[in-house]
Amino acid sequence: MTTATHVTDHAHDHHDHPSGIMRWVTATNHKDIGTLYLWFAFIMFLSGGVMALCIRLELFQPGLQYFRPELFNQFTTLHGLVMVFGAIMPAFTGLANWMLPLMLGAPDMAFARMNNWSFWLLPPAAALLMISFVVPGGAAAAGWTLYAPLATQMGVGMDLTIFAIHIMGISSIMGAINIIVTILNMRAPGMTLMKMPMFAWTSLITAYLLIAVMPVLAGAVTMVLTDRHFGTNFFNAAGGGDPVLYQHIFWFFGHPEVYIMALPAFGVVSQVIPTFSRKPLFGYHSMVYATASIAILSFMVWAHHMFAVGMPVTAQLFFMYATALIAVPTGVKVFNWIATMWKGAMTFETPMLFAIGFVCLFTMGGFSGVVLSIAAVDIQLQDTYYVVAHFHYVLVAGALFSLFAAVYYWLPKWTGHMYPEGRGKVHFWWSMIAFNVTFFPMHFLGLAGMPRRIPDYATQFTEFNTMATVGAFAFGIAQVYFLFFVLLPTIKGGQKAPQRPWEGGQTLEWEVPSPAPFHTWEEPPARELVDKLSAEQKLH
Amino acid sequence: MQAFQFRDAGTVAQTNSTPAAAGGRIVVGENMKNHRNKLLATLALFGASLSHAEYQLNFQQPATSIAQDVYSLHMTLLWICLVIFVIVFGVMFYSIFKHRKSTGHKPADFHESVTVEVVWTVIPLLIVVAMAWQATKVVINQKNTKGADVTVKVTGYQWKWGYDYLDEGFGFHSKLATPQTQYENFGKDSQQVEKKNENYLLEVDNAMVVPVGKKVRLLLTANDVIHSWWVPAFSTKQDAIPGFIRDTWFKADRVGVYRGQCAELCGKDHGFMPIVVNVVSDEDYKKWVSEQKKKAAESADDPNKKWELADLMKRGEKVYQDNCAVCHKPDGKGMGAFPALDGSKIAKGDRSAHVGIVLAGKNAMPGWSKTLSDTEIAAVITYERNAWGNKTGDVVQPSDIKAARK
Repeated sequence: MTTATHVTDHAHDHHDHPSGIMRWVTATNHKDIGTLYLWFAFIMFLSGGVMALCIRLELFQPGLQYFRPELFNQFTTLHGLVMVFGAIMPAFTGLANWMLPLMLGAPDMAFARMNNWSFWLLPPAAALLMISFVVPGGAAAAGWTLYAPLATQMGVGMDLTIFAIHIMGISSIMGAINIIVTILNMRAPGMTLMKMPMFAWTSLITAYLLIAVMPVLAGAVTMVLTDRHFGTNFFNAAGGGDPVLYQHIFWFFGHPEVYIMALPAFGVVSQVIPTFSRKPLFGYHSMVYATASIAILSFMVWAHHMFAVGMPVTAQLFFMYATALIAVPTGVKVFNWIATMWKGAMTFETPMLFAIGFVCLFTMGGFSGVVLSIAAVDIQLQDTYYVVAHFHYVLVAGALFSLFAAVYYWLPKWTGHMYPEGRGKVHFWWSMIAFNVTFFPMHFLGLAGMPRRIPDYATQFTEFNTMATVGAFAFGIAQVYFLFFVLLPTIKGGQKAPQRPWEGGQTLEWEVPSPAPFHTWEEPPARELVDKLSAEQKLH
Repeated sequence: MQAFQFRDAGTVAQTNSTPAAAGGRIVVGENMKNHRNKLLATLALFGASLSHAEYQLNFQQPATSIAQDVYSLHMTLLWICLVIFVIVFGVMFYSIFKHRKSTGHKPADFHESVTVEVVWTVIPLLIVVAMAWQATKVVINQKNTKGADVTVKVTGYQWKWGYDYLDEGFGFHSKLATPQTQYENFGKDSQQVEKKNENYLLEVDNAMVVPVGKKVRLLLTANDVIHSWWVPAFSTKQDAIPGFIRDTWFKADRVGVYRGQCAELCGKDHGFMPIVVNVVSDEDYKKWVSEQKKKAAESADDPNKKWELADLMKRGEKVYQDNCAVCHKPDGKGMGAFPALDGSKIAKGDRSAHVGIVLAGKNAMPGWSKTLSDTEIAAVITYERNAWGNKTGDVVQPSDIKAARK
């Protein structure tokens, strides 16, 4: 393997890395960059969360109480953008940075300097988004989808948003290239593709999705930019353009994007469940094939976001069939996780709780997804709170819960300390209950006919909205609790973590000490070790 | 309010709340298919009377055959999901309770089974195919706009709807009738908040009127950005796209008032452009059409008329309150990004620049050249140039606007 050359390349800067702030600014170490990504994502998660609470505050009761409708629309728009591009995506890139070299037996990511650059593009992009609130006309208020021609009406805040998306897109593409090259070229000797941890597989497929669709998004928003300022008419019917073209381009990006946020979550859960079931992952091969099928199908279903734009009947039917088909590989994954638990010897530490919570709630989101896939029913539910409920079940309970599972799972390796188990459990149950109080009633609101993205509503929707607002604030407080009572105490101190904090862990990261030293796998792991772990995981 | 004059024409359909919540006006009619539904409705009524709160858990009561199909389809999907939910979660929680390390369970070491994996790929596939098969005929039916009895062109504006009865040759705008004072509660305490109308945010000044039992084809477009016309009880939702015509249809089964909202984010007042459809008997519909035609003939303005300042001011104030006040505010003081007109450089300065902005729009402000007539634009500009502190004394005539359009 080519691994050996990389090891010698990086070995020399062992003793003279800078300290203080410059350690982070000039970071090329995958662990430092992973940490930066994770903290950035957490800060963005809290910022987007504050916007969500502003939305819920306004919707606590009917009437406009706190925010003008135009500011409300800015909150809904930026909440979506910040959570998708600022929180979830960087968090998974951060996990990949921290864990992939450890799990694959590589000394670092393939392109260490590009890695630095791909992280440091993110804070300026986030700054552009935040600054847009105070420019004339305020932030973008066209929804996170930035549909034209509404997006062409906005003030300078829209331009800042477009530039932010460009920058974040470049960052994502560089991060994705790094992940692909690392996985394909830097695995330990003996670790064939089909012996990689599932998290590496989902990261690899996600990275390909990113490279395929981020340029499409960049194209779409660039066309909005030129429509706004340079007299083009891509989306302006008066000049021969078509507003619906924007939606086709956007969702050609947008649907794979959903899986960019979901596939790494599948990967994390596929690491955590076998560990705490003390049993190998059931159906490793079918998991890989299911992940690949979902990724391929995700390019063929985009127009199910557009059943109400008025497509011809054949298009309605094609996209309905293709979308419903995704339920099959997704179902396979859920069945595999349950079969992994079946006849295991389970324990329920916090990572496992979040992983089981993920399986339960993601499946709920899957059910509402199946309902929405049926075009006839989608016509009724499109752009209602039912859709809001659906994608929060998939993204909050899906992506976010899996991220929490990952953080609790690897925190001992990162910090060298065990997190306080009791507090972790409190965080889980608190989040779980508050999440459902917030989002379950939204199904009913959507069915009863409440549109999404409205700052005020007819009085028959009051009770469920009030309930959702109470749940949202409880959920928000749970995350503050996580920060101050779990995360920071664990980083600062606490019980010392052993090298193998989890009895069932069989991947390479548990073969290095806790906390993981600054440089790991400078010598690739021995062939015998890799073979032994593969055999324990029943990989062949 | 036209909404009320048809209330006694037939069965009252309360479309925006549960039958239970409609309280005394509940009518358990032919739509309630069997006793079970009656029992449920009675129980719901009992529940609602216990607490005043409304907890509608499902779709609104369907008022078209498509809505009925969608309702049944959704119920089927819900049952399928529920059965899968019970089986899958049953197995998982059985495992969670039985296969614990703490109860001394030893892990098995199986890790694959081709048979099982094929089974749980094929069975979901068959379920999915069955669901899609059932839905296909509803999708095809939804898209079949042929054979319409009435055709109405629906135009989305920021932020109101326009209805043009193409066969009859008249049209009108339809906008929110709930007064701003009811929904703008900034800084008010609970005593100061105005009591909300019964159909708060779901009421309009001029409702769309259609005959019962007739196929109504809607041709939808928009003037500025994308809007979406949606009446839940009809299961009719169609985006209105500027520069393009899309069509959809509905055939209401029952006389009544049906309410909906714009379903596509269209800017600031997206939440404030409701849709109200009065479904009336054929007779009432004909009566309404002839009234509308008469009204249309009366209100047609002579574009060459020379107007006096006072008349233009009176007309202009109405145009202003209907179209401009939502952003520039009734007192002309503006709000946030929307500039004040009272004392503004445009309203007190060059007349042709003022006319130009009103016709073509600027930034977030839409152009009004297509929405308002020459007379209306002349009136509103005259109003803006003379109202509040802007005592310019200027009179803008409809003929000036006609000239400016060229």
